[in-house]
Amino acid sequence: MSKIKTKFKFNNTNLLKAKKILEKYPKNFSSSAVLPLLHLAQEQLDGWLDKSSVEYISNYLNVPLIKVYEVATFYHMFNLKKVGKKCINVCTTTPCWLVGSDSILKRFEKKLNIKTDCITKDGSISLHEIECLGACINGPVIKINNDYHENIKLDDVDKIVKNLKK
Amino acid sequence: MLKHEDHIFTNLNGYNSYKLQDAKSRGSWTDTKKIIERGSNWIINEIRLSDLRGRGGAGFPTGLKWSFIPEKSNLPKYLVVNADESEPGTCKDRDIIRNEPHKLIEGCLLSGYAIGANICYIYIRGEFYNEAKILQHAIDEAYENGLIGKNSSKSNWNFDIFLHRGAGAYIAGEETAMLESLEGKKAQPRLKPPFPAIVGLYGCPTIINNVETIAVIPDILKRGSAWFSKLGKPNNTGSKIFCISGHVNKPCNVEEELGIPLKVLIEKYAGGVDGGWNNLLAVIPGGSSVPLIPKKICDDINMDFDSLEKANSALGTAGVIVMNKSTDLLKAIARISRFYKKESCGQCTPCREGAGWMWRVMERFSKGIGTIDEINTLYEVSKEVEGHTICALGDAAAWPIQGLIKNFRPLIEQTIKKNNEKKKVA
Repeated sequence: MSKIKTKFKFNNTNLLKAKKILEKYPKNFSSSAVLPLLHLAQEQLDGWLDKSSVEYISNYLNVPLIKVYEVATFYHMFNLKKVGKKCINVCTTTPCWLVGSDSILKRFEKKLNIKTDCITKDGSISLHEIECLGACINGPVIKINNDYHENIKLDDVDKIVKNLKK
Repeated sequence: MLKHEDHIFTNLNGYNSYKLQDAKSRGSWTDTKKIIERGSNWIINEIRLSDLRGRGGAGFPTGLKWSFIPEKSNLPKYLVVNADESEPGTCKDRDIIRNEPHKLIEGCLLSGYAIGANICYIYIRGEFYNEAKILQHAIDEAYENGLIGKNSSKSNWNFDIFLHRGAGAYIAGEETAMLESLEGKKAQPRLKPPFPAIVGLYGCPTIINNVETIAVIPDILKRGSAWFSKLGKPNNTGSKIFCISGHVNKPCNVEEELGIPLKVLIEKYAGGVDGGWNNLLAVIPGGSSVPLIPKKICDDINMDFDSLEKANSALGTAGVIVMNKSTDLLKAIARISRFYKKESCGQCTPCREGAGWMWRVMERFSKGIGTIDEINTLYEVSKEVEGHTICALGDAAAWPIQGLIKNFRPLIEQTIKKNNEKKKVA
């Protein structure tokens, strides 16, 4: 397999982390590390994967590019388009919808002055709809980057947006 | 009603710390070595006698599942724990992972030993970032104290636990899709047979169990199968965590005996229906994929596998979604249909095309656009999707719609008629 030269490279900390990740899986099944390494690359790139990072992981694991690419497109958590540095995900699946997630989403749109699945002009915040986050008893739930915020009320939206814009 | 001393998850709500010292004071990691010394056959037999049924949704007897593992095999065996909790309405595993991780880890060791596995992968959904951190910390604690790892708990058994994060795919919660995902592929379910117990992860014998199933194993083995099987009802034994969400005054997770009446569950633990019991419209009793039940059934239904099956629904994951009379039921079900349309893995045509088609029709119905005949067409199509796919996602997409049509057909008809009359006037 010919290797493509890539612009993306893991930084030193992530190289160490990647090595540790590979130790989890049997030696001849290093392809198991595709998901964790994509997570790692996405962390390094502030929340999204560009083409070269996907190519880099294909090289790194010696897995055909298409196999890594199809994984990156299959799972919702991998963003192949740029997202905001602060990425707001509002859960709108039925249990959260029952307790008013629609109005939460609308309030975010109004406060941020962007539509769902869009990014603010300065590239700092993006807003998305997400399926069930698995914290249904604390609905409505939103996720900002890796953190859950639960029992969100309309006033909380204002506070959150104010804090994020700081 | 579950007595105070019969609770398994005493720290479910996280009032105390999850850490090893506190977990030990709650009874974790006591007698682990003694149990292992009794042998794997004894463990499997105890679990069989306890009549424990899997807590992930399908309710398959755990002891029976374990006994499918081939004894004479040179291949390594694997234990995979399903922590990809994504069923809408369900959030029990999250609380076990956050607040009782040592119950899970000890359960992994005992179950792993019983089936002869030296390696366990816990597949946790990607969104549970902070939960994964807590679980990893608990695993590290267990390693540092010699509870797992080489010569785990001084039992001469080597046992490693690795955490594997998913990346946001509901379908990865299906057991064979989970194996695909663990192997670094798209999470698309495999055809069965061969069953994972024979050909599973990396082609080796593999047992896949839900977090809650594994987390109750230590207590069953310590307190005895007779204690566990006395709880609940015959064939529906033990206690179970119910997640009550939606239109209730105090949404909560609660551990109760199987077979508890739904009304007691909602009124005693969840603070009652928003607007009182008479304001109840319908309940989805087991996570979004099971058919809903209308109030008149809710009045005296018991929450266990068999009772709900008789009522044409299912216990599923015991994620109880309560809807009061303010709910636009058509919209609620349409939203569930959208979920399945989004989460279909695209492998089987009936599900890939059907889930989207059913969602589009449901969206129209919720606005009253359509004809009365179309209700029958929708029902027929849902029957064509059901049972014609590799995994149960097709069924899960069909059942909520079937439940709606069976129980609330007049409501759909009314919505359509109203809209048509409006059009005529205009």
